[in-house]
Amino acid sequence: MRRFLRPGHDPARERLKRDLFQFNKTVEHGFPHQPSALGCSASLRILAIGTRSGAVKLYGAPGVEFMGLHQENNAVMQIHFLPGQCQLVTLLDDNSLHLWSLKVKGGVSELQEDESFTLRGPPGAAPSATQITVVLPHSSRELLYLGTEGGNVFVVQLPAFRVLEDRTISTDAVLQRLPEEARHRRVFEMVEALQEHPQDPNQILIGYSRGLIVIWDLQGSRVLCHFLSSQQLENVCWQRDGRLLVSCHSDGSYCQWPVSRDAQQAEPLRSCVPYGPFPCKAITKIFWLTTQQGMPFTIFQGGMPRASYGDRHCISVVHDGQQTAFDFTSRVIDFTVLAEADPAAAFDDPYALVVLAEEELVVIDLQTAGWPPVQLPYLASLHCSAITCSHHVSNIPLKLWERIIAAGSRQNAQFSTMEWPIDGGTSLAPAPPQRDLLLTGHEDGTVRFWDASGVCLRLLYKLSTVRVFLTDTDPSENLSAHGEDEWPPLRKVGSFDPYSDDPRLGIQKIFLCKYSGYLAVAGTAGQVLVLELNDEAAEQAVQQVEADLLQDQEGYRWKGHERLAARSGPVRFEPGFQPFVLVQCQPPAVVTSLALHSEWRLVAFGTSHGFGLFDHQQRRQVFVKCTLHPSDQLALEGPLSRVKSLKKSLRQSFRRMRRSRVSSRKRRPTGPPGEVQEGSAKAERAGLQNMELAPVQRRIEARSAEDSFTGFVRTLYFADTYLRDSSRHCPSLWAGTNGGTVYAFSLRVPPAERRMDEPVRAEQAKEIQLMHRAPIVGILVLDGHSVPLPEPLEVAHDLSKSPDMQGSHQLLVVSEEQFKVFTLPKVSAKLKLKLTALEGSRVRRVGVAHFGSRRAEDYGEYHLAVLTNLGDIQVVSLPLLKPQVRYSCIRREDVSGIASCVFTKYGQGFYLISPSEFERFSLSTKWLVEPRCLVDLAETKNHSRPGNGAGPGKASAPARWVGGGEGLLAGQPQRASVPHPRPAGVLKEVQSTLEGDRG
Amino acid sequence: MNRSHRHGAGSGCLGTMEVKSKFGAEFRRFSLERSKPGKFEEFYGLLQHVHKIPNVDVLVGYADIHGDLLPINNDDNYHKAVSTANPLLRIFIQKKEEADYSAFGTDTLIKKKNVLTNVLRPDNHRKKPHIVISMPQDFRPVSSIIDVDILPETHRRVRLYKYGTEKPLGFYIRDGSSVRVTPHGLEKVPGIFISRLVPGGLAQSTGLLAVNDEVLEVNGIEVSGKSLDQVTDMMIANSRNLIITVRPANQRNNVVRNSRTSGSSGQSTDNSLLGYPQQIEPSFEPEDEDSDEDDIIIEDNGVPQQIPKAVANTESLESLTQIELSFESGQNGFIPSNEVSLAPVASGTNTEFETHAPDQKLLEEDGTIITL
Repeated sequence: MRRFLRPGHDPARERLKRDLFQFNKTVEHGFPHQPSALGCSASLRILAIGTRSGAVKLYGAPGVEFMGLHQENNAVMQIHFLPGQCQLVTLLDDNSLHLWSLKVKGGVSELQEDESFTLRGPPGAAPSATQITVVLPHSSRELLYLGTEGGNVFVVQLPAFRVLEDRTISTDAVLQRLPEEARHRRVFEMVEALQEHPQDPNQILIGYSRGLIVIWDLQGSRVLCHFLSSQQLENVCWQRDGRLLVSCHSDGSYCQWPVSRDAQQAEPLRSCVPYGPFPCKAITKIFWLTTQQGMPFTIFQGGMPRASYGDRHCISVVHDGQQTAFDFTSRVIDFTVLAEADPAAAFDDPYALVVLAEEELVVIDLQTAGWPPVQLPYLASLHCSAITCSHHVSNIPLKLWERIIAAGSRQNAQFSTMEWPIDGGTSLAPAPPQRDLLLTGHEDGTVRFWDASGVCLRLLYKLSTVRVFLTDTDPSENLSAHGEDEWPPLRKVGSFDPYSDDPRLGIQKIFLCKYSGYLAVAGTAGQVLVLELNDEAAEQAVQQVEADLLQDQEGYRWKGHERLAARSGPVRFEPGFQPFVLVQCQPPAVVTSLALHSEWRLVAFGTSHGFGLFDHQQRRQVFVKCTLHPSDQLALEGPLSRVKSLKKSLRQSFRRMRRSRVSSRKRRPTGPPGEVQEGSAKAERAGLQNMELAPVQRRIEARSAEDSFTGFVRTLYFADTYLRDSSRHCPSLWAGTNGGTVYAFSLRVPPAERRMDEPVRAEQAKEIQLMHRAPIVGILVLDGHSVPLPEPLEVAHDLSKSPDMQGSHQLLVVSEEQFKVFTLPKVSAKLKLKLTALEGSRVRRVGVAHFGSRRAEDYGEYHLAVLTNLGDIQVVSLPLLKPQVRYSCIRREDVSGIASCVFTKYGQGFYLISPSEFERFSLSTKWLVEPRCLVDLAETKNHSRPGNGAGPGKASAPARWVGGGEGLLAGQPQRASVPHPRPAGVLKEVQSTLEGDRG
Repeated sequence: MNRSHRHGAGSGCLGTMEVKSKFGAEFRRFSLERSKPGKFEEFYGLLQHVHKIPNVDVLVGYADIHGDLLPINNDDNYHKAVSTANPLLRIFIQKKEEADYSAFGTDTLIKKKNVLTNVLRPDNHRKKPHIVISMPQDFRPVSSIIDVDILPETHRRVRLYKYGTEKPLGFYIRDGSSVRVTPHGLEKVPGIFISRLVPGGLAQSTGLLAVNDEVLEVNGIEVSGKSLDQVTDMMIANSRNLIITVRPANQRNNVVRNSRTSGSSGQSTDNSLLGYPQQIEPSFEPEDEDSDEDDIIIEDNGVPQQIPKAVANTESLESLTQIELSFESGQNGFIPSNEVSLAPVASGTNTEFETHAPDQKLLEEDGTIITL
């Protein structure tokens, strides 16, 4: 007999715990929040993004990811890779420079900060004198040229950041060496551009903001050439052969200057205002890139006509008579062009444009006609419409996986077929152990299906529920329907679209059955859609049913939004998940819980008013139950004001932040202080004092049945268990409310052969009222072996042992405060764990997970993964409810992070660390998805010579890169499967990796 | 009964006392022997007899020497009424269903005049609902001071019985800081304080908690290091049987050790330690272990009933540890009386998760097996 011991005292159990549980935050998926800088290494083929919070993230080939965080948490202003090295330098907004390097440790590369440095001027100098504006890493690999606001160019030696004072290029020195006629003008001010001669490392170009550009001879300390433009200088680009300069200016013009030492030119060769003649905004950055065919690419940011398009965020590409202004939905932070990396090559031959916008990364294929965008293998903008909910499904059967990918690939027709061009480094991570899907619901009524198996969160398929409904904006009325002769030639790119047509479309709950391909989706206006996966496009009418959850309750008036109007006739649906039933709850309150049983063909849904059961086989409502307490007026009147959408609350908090910033800035107005203002200041002070007098108080009161939202249905659960007597088990539906009530209904589902003939019947069998009245967040039935009941159809697919129906079943009810186990069918209290009473923490999320041991292959245990309102994650054992481990995971103030958490069935989880990023964590020792990758300089050299026979201009870019990559990959372990967007290849690749897995 | 008839109108006799009893508009006068007043129930029967209302449930009150209308509903306050009556014992009888409870209470002299007018005019109803003051067997504790013997004198452990009351707990807490004496001298540390008492709430009515009392523990768990929200959640989670250890802001009313008399409180609300422990405690003991164990089940749309505990045989191993625990505490010199049995739960030493909660009776049964 097993001797029972108090937790923490059994050494064997402690050892086992170490084999089962381990907490790691492994990888951040999605797009970095508030990016502030972009860096790109042509030789390493790695992209770097800096953020306003001081993070640096490096991305190479899919699966190759690094992250570093500056201690100072200051915004990263610039990122520069050092040529030919695995090192980069960052400039922060506190004017400090930081040297980072990728070092190989134990076979994998790690990003670490080596050195930091702040440029200091002589004592007494103005701070602006040393405020760095431009950084130029010199090709000698050991010097950094630092242009400053004061106009001087400082030289520091790496890696120790030693200032070489004698090499400083001061404004005076430059002035003295200028010819007489240029000297008299005040041409200096801050350094705007610093460039090394493309071929001669002894020459650098210095551009000053007032319009002077000089080419400086480093050895001779003299001015080789100078160019004087009449406009404020923004940036300069030096043609590959060094014979031409292109400068861009604040008036929206750019100028070409031929470089020759002999003939000094007072006027540019050519000057043009691309979007003139009316006043234009500045062109802030320009690329002038040569091609083998002769016509150069001109790519520039900004320059739009000020009056009519001044608010657009545009990057224009001009080549061979074509011109397109790519129009981004968010501010452009920076952009770069991927071109021939080999300095010896004669032409640039650009192949991709990489644009970092505030909310997304966009890569445009410059080699394919029409310049289509490239699909991202990572850095996806999760928040292109705000995320409203998420749902994780582990271990997707191959068949369903393939069908979803196939449906998704048809949606990607607009993308380029180019291979992902940023493919530096090698991912050494093992192939993901299984296929996992993360489904995110969005405010605009879409559901996105993400491949969450590996390090890269990749969009597989996007489902829109909008077509089912009549909305104000007709989808056919597309904004992109632009006339041909439109000027400027704007083209919308990117997927970030924060504007929702109708907030009622927002998705609130998702439930996918991975065996049958049935999907249930529920939204803000009480709409519940049941969808089925169909590989063909179909035109069908969606059956509409109304579920009156108030039933006979009289005299209530719903003051909230109206329900959505559905289209009546047949609607054409793309291949993929196609809706066939629409249940609309009345009143149309937000759907708060959803469950789907694909074997019984039933879907259950709950709102703040009650819950209902719908038979989607016969398309008939089985029953509805009103859970409303008669005194609960709030629930009746309108949408739950407390349950704000994540986005809304975020937006509000940002607005608040902004407002406070603005108000603090405006606190010192320039005008004479009037009386009004004094009065307001007084009021403000009084307000502050009042706040000090009345600190935050919390009311201590027991919950009662009359509290608000007690009827709010929090959880729904289907189980085949012993509900009425211990001899017969039957299908049952369980519902838990905010007021601590559990309802159990016994169901009678007709056998398959008579499924269409006889109605499904339901009868209330039990109602449990927990006296502590805390909201019920989870219901679960354990079988005779205390193992959670399998999912529907799991047994039928031989993927799970059939549940033990011999022993007695147990009911686990998880409220926000307690875990309780009851016996079945006679409900008697068996065990409990009071969490809140002991720790003051409340359960926010709970999920059952299987934890495998890292030692014994086949050993595993089922436990509860629990997230509390303090942001702690705990594992609570089943069935004895013993706390096993506890880790702090999320900051307790991060309410939206805690609200967004989802657990997987194998001890992992995701939560939002920003509107656009999921953090992935793992509680399991066995399932761990984290980047393991190698970035090697040797490999880089190999890379930088894509010297296959075909000329770079003629060969397609993918061929070039693959050619470079092959040599590199030889002998490396097989890469994690990252299906690329082309459908045929995807399926084969996925299939092969998975079959390889199984063997 | 005979006695009263015998001394019908006599009032001057030594050892007897005149009683003037009023029911509705009728007065009855009779006398009682001061030295042998008898039991309350006899007196109650006598009153019903003299007023000829044998089957009417009534509330009995008397006017004490200050003119306050006080209830007579048990032997003790009956004896008190008899012993303090000088010279006349004035009795007021109200029908239970028409009773105006607000008339009762220890009120100031200003209010004194109203007391009688309230009784005299039964239609003068107050809006506030009041607790029915009834027979002793219906009494239940509202609050108590516990663990006086093991706590420092500066601390007070107060138990609020929310169970069964309609009264709100009625208090608020806030963040604050308190000064502690440490080896390094005085130090300011964050603490949780009671910030407000709701008039008419349970907390206020006990008189045991006051604004600015520092909260040290909630049901045995120390609050230091916990946030205001955490402490709020803990209190609400324990709201049906809340045990708060406070350091009272007013340290002059502390319970003096080794003295069980209520020198300080003077409160009319009952305090189980000072009041009627023998009668009251047993009926409430089962809830003490886990006051919220009484979840309700409604089977097949039937009548609600309490969810029973599962028979412990499957969990025998677990209950064993529980038994060991309680057995240990018994050995530590605790008398297994009802008051003290609270100590292991509330003393803060037992931070064990009480996941298995077989109830008190079960424990006692098994406990005997262990001792064998």
